[in-house]
Amino acid sequence: MASAPTSKYNSHSLENESIKRGTFFILIDKEVIYICPFNGPIKGRVYITNYRLYLRSLETDSALILDVPLGVISRIEKMGGATSRGENSYGLDITCKVRDSVLSYEGHSRRDMFEILTRYAFPLAHSLPIFAFLNEEKFNVDGWMVYNPVEEYRRQGLPNHHWRITFINKCYELCDTYPALLVVPYRASDDDLRRVATFRSRNRIPVLSWIHPENKTVIVRCSQPLVGMSGKRNKDDEKYLDVIRETNRQISKLTIYDARPNVNAVANKATGGGYESDDAYHNAELFFLDIHNIHVMRESLKKVKDIVYPNVEESHWLSSLESTHWLEHIKLVLTGAIQVADKVSSGKSSVLVHCSDGWDRTAQLTSLAMLMLDSYYRSIEGFEILVQKEWISFGHKFASFPTAFEFNERFLITILDHLYSCRFGTFLYNCESVREKQKVTERTVSLWSLINSNKDKFKNPFYTKEINRVLYPVASMRHLELWVNYYIRWNPRIKQQQPNPVEQRYVELLALRDEYIQRLEELQLASSAKLSDPSPSPSSPSQMMPHVHTHF
Amino acid sequence: MLGKGVVGGGGGTKAPKPSFVSYVRPEEIHTNEKEVTEKEVTLHLLPGEQLLCEASTVLKYVQEDSCQRGIYGKLVCTDFKIAFLGDDESALDNDETQFKNKVIGENDITLHCVDQIYGVFDEKKKPLFGQLKKYPEKLIIHCKDLRVFHFGLRYTKEEEVKRIVSGIIHHTQAPKLLKRLFLFSYATAAQNNTATDPKNHTVMFDTLKDWCWELERTKGNVKYKAVSVNEGYKVSDRLPAYFVVPTPLPEEDVRCFQGRGIPIWCWSCHNGCALLKMSALPKEQDDGLLQIQKSFLDGIYKTVHRPPYEIVKTEDLSSNFLSLQDIQTAYSKFKQLFLIDNSTEFWDTDIKWFSLLESSSWLDIIRRCLKKAIEITECLEAQNMNVLLLEENASDLCCLLSSLVQVMMDPHCRTRVGFQSLVQKEWIMGGHCFLDRCNHLRQSDKEEVPVFLLFLDCVWQLAHQHPPAFDFTETYLTVLSDSLYIPIFSTFFFNSPHQKDTNMHQRQLSLPLTQSKSSPKRGFFREETDHLIKNLLGKRISKLINSSDELQDNFREFYESWHSKPTDYHGLLLPHIEGPEIKVWAQRYLRWIPEAQILGGGRVATMSKLLEMMEEVEHLQEKIDERHHSQGALPAEAPSLLRSSARLSSLFPFALLQRHSSKPVLPTSGWKALGDEEDLAKREDEFVDLGDV
Repeated sequence: MASAPTSKYNSHSLENESIKRGTFFILIDKEVIYICPFNGPIKGRVYITNYRLYLRSLETDSALILDVPLGVISRIEKMGGATSRGENSYGLDITCKVRDSVLSYEGHSRRDMFEILTRYAFPLAHSLPIFAFLNEEKFNVDGWMVYNPVEEYRRQGLPNHHWRITFINKCYELCDTYPALLVVPYRASDDDLRRVATFRSRNRIPVLSWIHPENKTVIVRCSQPLVGMSGKRNKDDEKYLDVIRETNRQISKLTIYDARPNVNAVANKATGGGYESDDAYHNAELFFLDIHNIHVMRESLKKVKDIVYPNVEESHWLSSLESTHWLEHIKLVLTGAIQVADKVSSGKSSVLVHCSDGWDRTAQLTSLAMLMLDSYYRSIEGFEILVQKEWISFGHKFASFPTAFEFNERFLITILDHLYSCRFGTFLYNCESVREKQKVTERTVSLWSLINSNKDKFKNPFYTKEINRVLYPVASMRHLELWVNYYIRWNPRIKQQQPNPVEQRYVELLALRDEYIQRLEELQLASSAKLSDPSPSPSSPSQMMPHVHTHF
Repeated sequence: MLGKGVVGGGGGTKAPKPSFVSYVRPEEIHTNEKEVTEKEVTLHLLPGEQLLCEASTVLKYVQEDSCQRGIYGKLVCTDFKIAFLGDDESALDNDETQFKNKVIGENDITLHCVDQIYGVFDEKKKPLFGQLKKYPEKLIIHCKDLRVFHFGLRYTKEEEVKRIVSGIIHHTQAPKLLKRLFLFSYATAAQNNTATDPKNHTVMFDTLKDWCWELERTKGNVKYKAVSVNEGYKVSDRLPAYFVVPTPLPEEDVRCFQGRGIPIWCWSCHNGCALLKMSALPKEQDDGLLQIQKSFLDGIYKTVHRPPYEIVKTEDLSSNFLSLQDIQTAYSKFKQLFLIDNSTEFWDTDIKWFSLLESSSWLDIIRRCLKKAIEITECLEAQNMNVLLLEENASDLCCLLSSLVQVMMDPHCRTRVGFQSLVQKEWIMGGHCFLDRCNHLRQSDKEEVPVFLLFLDCVWQLAHQHPPAFDFTETYLTVLSDSLYIPIFSTFFFNSPHQKDTNMHQRQLSLPLTQSKSSPKRGFFREETDHLIKNLLGKRISKLINSSDELQDNFREFYESWHSKPTDYHGLLLPHIEGPEIKVWAQRYLRWIPEAQILGGGRVATMSKLLEMMEEVEHLQEKIDERHHSQGALPAEAPSLLRSSARLSSLFPFALLQRHSSKPVLPTSGWKALGDEEDLAKREDEFVDLGDV
């Protein structure tokens, strides 16, 4: 069956697409049977654009059943043959990164749909541009402006007389997976840096991530040293770590957190890697944090998917959750981050964090520790900067501090959704050098543009701004829960009330308060006008306001 | 009695006199043993309370930042409580003292609250009971509210150790006579302070008028009548003096089997359908007697099944539902997860937390109760059927389910006064055997089943999922659960209204107390009777009941359609019962565990922000009103109730003193074996496209 092009498009069915005027086009529009994992087969109409796949029910009040960006599709398979017997046995099986869908036809050819989906879901393999490069959405805020490394370092009080900003990696020649701008010890010369780079995996040298505003201890991140089986040493690396240690004069040791389990760090020696040994680094203390690698984590996440989709395990929910190990991984990452934060904050020791290459576990640890230490990162913009800066993958770990974050759950879910959607350029490619080559900031829209132009939607009304308050979550299973609103949101049986009723009540009260304050102001104004003195009186609104506000 | 809050604002107890506290770690003790000078801390006794025995130089261990600290003091045992007197309260700030429990102090344990006592002999922990040959160097007390106390006795004089240890064991574990309950001494000695607060209208259901009022409120009076046939407990000492039955039911039927086999009204739904309960007829072998029973039940059945009565669906709780033993077994496993002696134990169990939790089955039991309550609700609400709950004595699961259904269906029961009236109606007048189920007299461990706590936990699940639908908070439920073990309230200390009335009455007449004739022990595992009920009633009703598949479908449809609509907090309220939705009541169960405390976090953080905002809005409103009335100066701002809400601990208002430092707690145990992921763990890190997930 041939696809009917654009003519079917109307505002009723594709409301959200209208935002992306001129950029999208309908590829497929036809009737199918959708095998819903919760409610069985549903007759529906499928629309496929170059950005997403929609399915609208033809049975019940034309409800939208599926709405998935093509970017989240991980596999498309043909199911059955044209001669297959049985109901709904001929069709397409589409696997998504977050859930599976099966589309089935009766009596129609599926070839065109299969081909179109394959082309647009995997554009790079078909020499097509990623949708983000076609997206012409306009927002009144430019999210690409959110992160300015120089400004972010300035906020932290950098450079200072111990730390300098270097442009040695301006053209990514020192390290192609590092950003152009790096903060390094003042006493280390560019030549020193080049020599250290030879001894660190993928040249990822230790660079500053965060500095404590008071005690000047720092969090430094890097990759593993290239020790190898023979236990190689590098004087420059040893000296460099000592220079880092000396930037903070309060303690004699530098603390090194190797995110890996001890055995894995040892095993890495066989492939040329390793860890900092006691005899080479006298002034450093090394701890292993036992966090598993990305393969283990991914396997665990797969298991989570199995227990929540399509059906949620009922009476054995807890033991099946435990068997996924997912919350155990979260617990270990959290525990590690708490240790890093505590060392810097109360242990008054500078900290160096690495794993093997220093981009997965290291980023998790440093960004979480920074979230605990620096309340700025708990604001919407601060968090965007943190994501932009450190790359992060996270779960529901901070739910236990409902007043400490400016953003809400929807903010986190939106970020995760667009990790795969390909609508924005924010998460395209692996490092700054490639992003620059592809001119991502010029040719795509930033996710932060979407968020920052609708900030109210992503705000937590309970947010209480507190400067320099360290947050220590409790890394116990007793407090960890699976992030139901993210992992189980497709299940119609587990639907969380949105918005949360307590939050809604609070928002109502906030509005009432503002209304009263305004009325009070007006009354004040009226009464001061009545009083003979027409000139600005002590009770003028401008002075009235701070008085009322002292309360919070 | 229920109306009395134990935790509340204002007033506050008298601050204890300052005293010397020695902050020493156990290992330092030897060096300054001689220098210990104890200053008396006054023991506060309630009216009628008597000191029984005491011991000095007892060391109370306090867990702090994964090391233990000792505080010297005196350990005493009265006829009401065990108390440790050592001043540990100097660090309290305003907010904390304001919310202090006014009856039970930080270091007080009522005798009824003691669960298990252990002694430590040469580093080995053994349960203590009966006569001891050897006295322990350390006493560990596990409480029913899940507190754990460690008292070191190494520096206490030997005679004092003997006296206090055997005293505590005797007064908490030896079987007791009802007349020895502290509440009698208290009632005699205390001034008449039971005068009801006029604002507090908890309906006690001890008069005919109260029942008529409830009938009127629920519009049940069309088909049901309140009867006084049991006045003076002439018919049955299991039934209350007044209760409600179908209007056409003759009073002699009630007398026939001492109130057994009679459908007793619990509540009427807006559509006229009613929730009824019935206790089983006595078990008979004789064919003639069985025939009599059968024709009796036939008569009853004809009465309630003729119009205007709706079709009746029976729920036999004795055979098709949880057994009391299931509940007992589950809770005894479950509570062990929270009775934690030290930090190491906490982290060792942390890794296996979810499977330990699941193997206790406590959450599953909660889910089954909630599910059953939804099924009953569906019958009443959607099928327009009456529901008759059957149980041997109609005083355990009947109380639980009828009150749970009412909480879900009747918004009045979600107000504080309505909830207390409900507890009074279904549990107190319903004859739930609190004395036996809480094992207050230590007469039979077998009878001890936390049915009421299970009910509170079910209500907590509802309140946790739908906080705006409730007039009270989880703290109210937690404090209510604690009051089960405080024998100054008589509410939860009797097996029936008859038992309470006869005993309290005698007391008032100042007659010498004789042991009340305790009703013959009812074993709760008697299944024969269950079959009897089923056989007699089942045949006639089976045709009316849908097949179980259909039932499941009705249930699913009802449940899902309710959840797909926006919630009306003033209407029908259903819980979510999927696996991830049933949670641990953290406030009640985790509140004393310092490792579980989140500083500045937890639900209390948002709740206190909400309270602050409410206060502020009220204050602004007052200001505006004042502006309208006078042009005077602005009134001074009222001090906020909770000034430092962001710094409150997640355990607020409990366990205030557990942790003062801001050091993070760190797990001490490692990673569990990975099993089939082992090979992945060995793989190298590389660029991985997370998109494969």
